[in-house]
Amino acid sequence: MEHAAAGSGHLETSTGLDNRKLLMWLFLGSECLFFGSLIAAYLLYRDRSLGPPFPSDRVFNGVHYEGLFDIPFTSVSAFVLLMSSVTMVLALAAIQRGNRRSMQVWLLTTALLGTLFVSGQAYEFTVFHREGLSLGSNLFGTTFFVLTGFHGAHVTIGVLILLSLLAMSFQGRIQQKDSLNVELAGLYWHFVDVVWIVIFTLVYLIQP
Amino acid sequence: MATVAGPARGNAIGEALRQARKAADTEYGIWSWIATVDHKRIGIMYGVTAFFFFLAGGIEALVIRLQLATPNGSIVNADQYSRIFTMHGTTMVFLVVMPLSAAFFNLLVPLMIGARDVAFPRLNAFSFWTFLAGGIFLNASFFTGNIFEGRLGAPDAGWFGYATLTSRQFSPGHGVDFWAMGLQILGIASMASGFNFIVTILNMRAPGMTLLRMPLFVWMTLVTSFLIIFAMPVITVALFELMFDRLFNANFFNPAAGGTPLLWQHMFWLFGHPEVYILILPAMGIVSEVLPTFARKPLFGYPFVVLSGVAIGFMSWGVWVHHMYTTGLGTIANSAFGISTMLIGVPTGVKIFSWLGTLWGGSISLRAPLMFAAGFIAMFTIGGLSGITHSIVPSDYQQQDTYYVVAHLHYVLFGGAMFALFAGIYYWFPKFSGKLLNDALGQVHFWLMLIGFNLTFFPMHISGLLGMPRRIYTYSGDNGWDLWNLMSTVGAFTIALSILVFMINVAITARRGDRAGSDPWDGRTLEWSIPSPPPPYNFAEIPRVHALDDFWHRKYTEDAQGRPVPIPAGAALAPEPEHAEGGHGIHMPSPSYFPLIAAIGFPLIAVGLIYDYAILAVGAAVLLVGLYGWALEPATEE
Ligand SMILES: [Cu+2]
Repeated sequence: MEHAAAGSGHLETSTGLDNRKLLMWLFLGSECLFFGSLIAAYLLYRDRSLGPPFPSDRVFNGVHYEGLFDIPFTSVSAFVLLMSSVTMVLALAAIQRGNRRSMQVWLLTTALLGTLFVSGQAYEFTVFHREGLSLGSNLFGTTFFVLTGFHGAHVTIGVLILLSLLAMSFQGRIQQKDSLNVELAGLYWHFVDVVWIVIFTLVYLIQP
Repeated sequence: MATVAGPARGNAIGEALRQARKAADTEYGIWSWIATVDHKRIGIMYGVTAFFFFLAGGIEALVIRLQLATPNGSIVNADQYSRIFTMHGTTMVFLVVMPLSAAFFNLLVPLMIGARDVAFPRLNAFSFWTFLAGGIFLNASFFTGNIFEGRLGAPDAGWFGYATLTSRQFSPGHGVDFWAMGLQILGIASMASGFNFIVTILNMRAPGMTLLRMPLFVWMTLVTSFLIIFAMPVITVALFELMFDRLFNANFFNPAAGGTPLLWQHMFWLFGHPEVYILILPAMGIVSEVLPTFARKPLFGYPFVVLSGVAIGFMSWGVWVHHMYTTGLGTIANSAFGISTMLIGVPTGVKIFSWLGTLWGGSISLRAPLMFAAGFIAMFTIGGLSGITHSIVPSDYQQQDTYYVVAHLHYVLFGGAMFALFAGIYYWFPKFSGKLLNDALGQVHFWLMLIGFNLTFFPMHISGLLGMPRRIYTYSGDNGWDLWNLMSTVGAFTIALSILVFMINVAITARRGDRAGSDPWDGRTLEWSIPSPPPPYNFAEIPRVHALDDFWHRKYTEDAQGRPVPIPAGAALAPEPEHAEGGHGIHMPSPSYFPLIAAIGFPLIAVGLIYDYAILAVGAAVLLVGLYGWALEPATEE
């Protein structure tokens, strides 16, 4: 966590925006292109797999194949991630009020919800793998695992950041005046959450 | 203001300066460089490293030219040739021009906007070390073959790595793995510096330095940085997908599984065309600083140059298909992108005319920096014109994959970018070394390089139009290409000679160069207002800026005819830089080893992915140690 300006210490910045916050916004802008490129590859290759398994029910060469997606299950895990954004907001509000105890509770809840989401994804991957889907099985396997895996890695990193903040706050290093740390983690967390809404809609819900 | 605050504050500042200087003066050993977070030192390290890679890429070019000097050349075989031209292109783009530009960003941006450092000094060190790690990793690929038996391990699919040339089937061995992961590492380095410079430029400007008072180089850095943070993700994802294809049997670019190799081309050029401007905009920025100084006139049409730079930044996203006319996307797509490509020539033309307008009627002093800048304008114009011929679809069908394209891209990237970068080196060398490069040797360097450059690349227009394809390792003597190729080879060695002259110049200057004062060229921008070399904290007091070319206006006023008239020293008109800052001391950021440690993690992770997951685990651990150490240590000693 980089601290502001060399030398100019606690001076105002030219735009009035905090350096680190601006950095985070730029980083997230750049991340949009990362996810955008991966999602584009998924959409380009949707329905172009030369063989099973398929994401949704389908007849292929006269044989009926059941789709892999379990929409109710994934909806629940999407809901879990969505809720974690709410708890993240509560964590930030708590530290901005100066309530460290409450922030710790909400940070921990957010991290647990995030872990729950990633576990759900691990479970989903295992099930799909057992059904014969792998990176090399077909285009669906390739694009699905790389896109959702990349997102899962982001959630995992987010959980690590939240736990690091929690550890720092137990050392007394996150006080009310340091609420920006929590705010930045929150920005990242909400972004990853929003990306999941996009992926969930485009990949799971809208089937051709 | 100065009189009100009185001596008390003066003492406080003096004490702070003494301490900051002491800390820097006592540390000149190797470790002080390794742990440095000073933007000037990082800039110097970028420059020196990139120059070494320039020599490596140059030697690769000489091997290519020796092989092609005569028909049926036998210096290298086809396999070696493919690997060498791939490394030549990759090196020159990612390890030479981009980091040389980064060197100038680092050296100049904080000085030009009146700041003491960049917004995130340790992130800056991290960018450099990650760049170095990526460069070494990429070049290490040479040794993955058996170099003693003449089998090089380097990648062999061209700098654009078209699918399916990069598939395991057509490129066995690990060369392409090193290429794909090396470029991802380099991408991390450039994105980190992109973020850093945007925040620095937007947030760290001295009081009064409004956006339209920023030197043009700063503007071009800003546009380039935005291009970097939005374009690098696209290529990084493409490389990531390629890595999955090669290492984990994924199918992104595998036609046998229904994948389309064209996806690679779209992603590569969606990155690739903005990349062209990532390479050239900093060069344009340098030239826009050099010309006004040596013509002793302000930049002609400054707001239009700014605006055209921004316009180029936006338009560069809408032209990528001009690299893909022959892939069969259809007439509509080809025509649309043909038109957009012609349009992007307009803001580029605006810049060229503004440079000519700057020179027009100026009192020109023909020193080496100006010579290189003028060389840039001429060579870049030729390259731009041949670029326009590429935008015309039927004409491009004829030129696609011939030496005509090789001629064009070298006129833009060598005749353009490298000439401008040398202009910058001659111009700012005294600022950072305190010594002036020998101007006579600089002129010799310039003329040798200009002649050598045109001798090398102009004939390629002709051999290309005569049908000579790119990337062939040899040719037979009955095509009418012999003379043109021999000329190119002679030219290449002339360029090499000119670089030797440059190196001798640097060596002589280091021994016994003329001392440069703080302002050897009678400069216009803030970097010339501080000592050469600048102290670690740059500005004893943060300047307050009143105008574009602020430093010039501190030195000169105008007579009735608009001619500059020096302001006598100590005259009432000469505005002392006002005190924009309160009296607290200067806290420079503390040195740190953690950026280096974090950067070492990346090549370990990459090697681990290719060879052994145990190394991967070690690399990940090293990266984590670096990042956590970085996050937990205080940025400044209080
Ligand atoms: Cu292009």
